[in-house]
Amino acid sequence: MRPRPLVSSMRQPTPPQTIGPFFGVLAPNVGTVAIAPAGSPGTRVTVTGTVVDGQGAAITDALVEIWQADAGGRWPGDGEASGVPLREGFNGFGRVATDGTGGFAIQTVKPGPVPGPDDRLQAPHLVVGLFARGVLTRLATRVYFDDEPANASDPVLMCVPPHRRVTLIAVGEGSGRYRFDIALQGAHETVFFDV
Amino acid sequence: MSARACRRPKPDELPLNDTPAYGSTALRHPTQPLVIVPRTLSEMTGPAHGEALIGALDHDLTRQHSGEPLGERIVIAGRVVDEDDRPVPHTLVEIWQANAAGRYAHARDTHDAPLDANFSGAGRVLTDADGRYRFVTVKPGAYPWNNHHNAWRPAHVHVSVFGQSCLTRVVTQMYFPGDPLLALDPIFNSIASERARLRLISAFDLALTEPGAGAWVSV
Repeated sequence: MRPRPLVSSMRQPTPPQTIGPFFGVLAPNVGTVAIAPAGSPGTRVTVTGTVVDGQGAAITDALVEIWQADAGGRWPGDGEASGVPLREGFNGFGRVATDGTGGFAIQTVKPGPVPGPDDRLQAPHLVVGLFARGVLTRLATRVYFDDEPANASDPVLMCVPPHRRVTLIAVGEGSGRYRFDIALQGAHETVFFDV
Repeated sequence: MSARACRRPKPDELPLNDTPAYGSTALRHPTQPLVIVPRTLSEMTGPAHGEALIGALDHDLTRQHSGEPLGERIVIAGRVVDEDDRPVPHTLVEIWQANAAGRYAHARDTHDAPLDANFSGAGRVLTDADGRYRFVTVKPGAYPWNNHHNAWRPAHVHVSVFGQSCLTRVVTQMYFPGDPLLALDPIFNSIASERARLRLISAFDLALTEPGAGAWVSV
């Protein structure tokens, strides 16, 4: 049998391009997105923030995508594997276009800790992807919560220089509300990942 | 969806967020280096979208209104495959585009080309079991933008694909072969690798055509 060339079946990925300013015709939620339907188990939280550019100006044409585990730390779709079905209607995904002030609000339940490398648990977090006019390759970041002791040993946060970790941690404002601003540049530039 | 890893793209095959020729990147690209992090279950999983999301005419942008839109009918079809050429079934593919005159049905589009009351310019489908998708639409027009003197975007269709995980999530643009504006476009040329750029240009496929609709394929 002739050996198969190693590269024969490899496909190279289609590269990204900017989402541009006109994705609104897809009719995403503007300003607010609800990820967890009413009645989903867990602690209800609302994460609000503003997306700003290098001069602190609001970015009013960004799309923020969120992917998260449920309150039990299970990823939607892995319910069969764990043997515990997810609650109907919770698919862990949401996206929201920033409003006229660059603002967004994510209404959901706080995710549970999920498995990380070497069987260590990761601190509760939201996976965030950001698209906008002027952004050619999606920007990847995470939202952590400032009241989680597990942040101190989170394997992803540990990769981030200590003085910049603050940009990944949403600040509690009481009543389940958290603040998470996203700065694409500037003194408080948000940490973005190479994943 | 089970967890899936995939290879990291080569740096020259991704557009640089710091692309000075594209003016909007100036204040919107991170200036700090991206932080390299391990890929965890959080990234190796991703959302699934159900059939309930898809309307009966979401794949046919020429039949979403009471009348017919103006413009050249085209079919855009292709497959979503993974890095080993295996089909990615039941994944969400979305498109949006300008109308045949180069105008978006969007409040922020101030180009003075005419709107078309019979064209919204947005579509979505799930791929079939073999990873295939198919849209019917009109060929979008080129349009001017403010990036530089007499700047025109090449005709393009915006495409959004989810794939198997957060790692495969991509938002991109499909172009048309032979477009002289491509060589002048800083967005298309933000990708250093020519081979990678060429993957964004669709190919004409006569076999896909139907009476009344040309066909362009993108993978």
